[in-house]
Amino acid sequence: MSGAIHQWTARQTRQAIRGKETSATEIAQALLARIARLDGRDAPGGGLGAFLHVDSARVLARAAALDAEHATAADRPLFGVPVAVKDNLCTQDVPTTAASRILERFVPPYTATAVERLEAAGAIVVGKTNCDEFAMGSSTENSALGVTRNPWALDRIPGGSSGGSAVAVAAGLAPVSLGSDTGGSIRQPASLCGVVGFKPTYGRVSRYGLLAFGSSLDQIGPFSRTVQDAADLFAAMAGHDPADATTAHAAVPDVAALDSVPGAGASSTPLAGRRIGVPRALLGSGVDGAVQAAIDAALIVLEQLGATIVDVALPHASAAIPVYYLVATAEASSNLARYDGVRYTARAKLAPGDDVATLYERTRGEHFGPEVKRRIMLGTYVLSAGYYEAYYLKAQQVRTLIRRDYDVAFADVDAIAMPTCPTPAFRLGERADDPLQMYLADVFTVSANLTGLPAISVPCGFSPDRLPIGLQLTGRPFDEAGVLSIAHAYEQATPWHREAPPLD
Amino acid sequence: MSALSDRDVLRIAELARLALSAEERARLGRELAAILTYVEQIGAIDTSGIEPTSQVQLDRPTLRPDEPTPSLAREAALRNAPDAVRGSGLFRVPKVIG
Repeated sequence: MSGAIHQWTARQTRQAIRGKETSATEIAQALLARIARLDGRDAPGGGLGAFLHVDSARVLARAAALDAEHATAADRPLFGVPVAVKDNLCTQDVPTTAASRILERFVPPYTATAVERLEAAGAIVVGKTNCDEFAMGSSTENSALGVTRNPWALDRIPGGSSGGSAVAVAAGLAPVSLGSDTGGSIRQPASLCGVVGFKPTYGRVSRYGLLAFGSSLDQIGPFSRTVQDAADLFAAMAGHDPADATTAHAAVPDVAALDSVPGAGASSTPLAGRRIGVPRALLGSGVDGAVQAAIDAALIVLEQLGATIVDVALPHASAAIPVYYLVATAEASSNLARYDGVRYTARAKLAPGDDVATLYERTRGEHFGPEVKRRIMLGTYVLSAGYYEAYYLKAQQVRTLIRRDYDVAFADVDAIAMPTCPTPAFRLGERADDPLQMYLADVFTVSANLTGLPAISVPCGFSPDRLPIGLQLTGRPFDEAGVLSIAHAYEQATPWHREAPPLD
Repeated sequence: MSALSDRDVLRIAELARLALSAEERARLGRELAAILTYVEQIGAIDTSGIEPTSQVQLDRPTLRPDEPTPSLAREAALRNAPDAVRGSGLFRVPKVIG
């Protein structure tokens, strides 16, 4: 295998271990050393801050155990592959905080199904990554537990909410990672950090063990440096889980060889016959010039690969942000009611005679951060008597109209292309005092959550100051093979996935 | 709407079981008003006769057989409690009824 270990893809890592060119232990040691050098607060520039928790002894013990099983287990699809896991996914006996003070000392008694399945496929959890508190945010600045920096420009945000998972992969601290995506929380940081981020169809990956934020929107998915690696993680996690009643029974597509998915062969026009829609009207305003130029160039590449580019109308797309922030906050206010000072580690100090209501109010008031409080308050408001119809019910009705727009579009096209984010990464602190401005940046990502559709962000270029830009492709329900194969064909025809941030 | 009244903010905070300082209430009153003003744009969309979408169940939901299966052991569930009566399997909270 050529190049340094931290540059290897998950596939290359697994092949090298399988062929005994190296061992799971050597891989783990190399990445742990890189994490120690680049990620900690003492590292140059303050450190990347991708991880909240790395237990080196545990990682090395797991790697040694895998190496000992080499003869019988090396054909597992992710054998020896280190994976970084967002800290809102439960890991048994390993702290899981959701980057919140209210869970700072929480140690789950069980492991999330998605993580369990990756481990069964041979993966090694290398650590837990920073994120916006309870996945609420678009910059990871809402973490109560530390700053995460964009490896392409250390004074900029990595995106969010799964910022740490995006940075871990972009910076070569792990070949792949897991995030959760409620309104773009995988795709947006992937775009801003120059890596692949994939949200499967709602119901495709079990949410059991994911700390719930917006239960009708949340979905778990992978970050990687190649589309094929994302497909491999997806395949290992996907499928019905008795522990999550919303998981689909639909057969999981075979995405092990994206080159051989029908129509995506190695010919010069692998996308011949594919129709890709572009919502031109939506792209009109608020999109940065460099982002627009990169997307235009990407569409030309897709056309050269054989795809037909057509306009699609998504008439209600501009309502997606208001609908999203009504639905997501309503669901969040309900989901976060469980953090009450009784079951999950944190409890406010009480005076003798204080009642249980005081326990709830003070524990939550003292331990939740400002964005979480804001969303709980907004969600409670829109669900409260007198406002329910005007806000929550109305939003759910417009959600139906947004779904119908996509149904109409997908009668004509196989995928829809647009930017993942309207701008490249902004500076740390730049939007911290303007929550509404922060919400508006999710304009292109929230629709895939409201509709449940699969969507991927794949690197498609750089701004003049070398900040990554992402192309988003959205597909039909359960057609992960479709979006992955188009993204793969695009990736193979362009140089962006070979670029790495200036860290060494 | 430039800000929610402090009375409104207090009422919502009480429903949400959140103790907020006066400063937090003032800030939230302004921020919530700005966000609500922004989201009110959906009021202009005609939704007469449109069914609400509360869940995008893209695959047919199924019910599991109604059979008991093992669940988390009681002591494991209590392990993260800030105050629990180990052995007897109870979370301990302040007096609920005075």
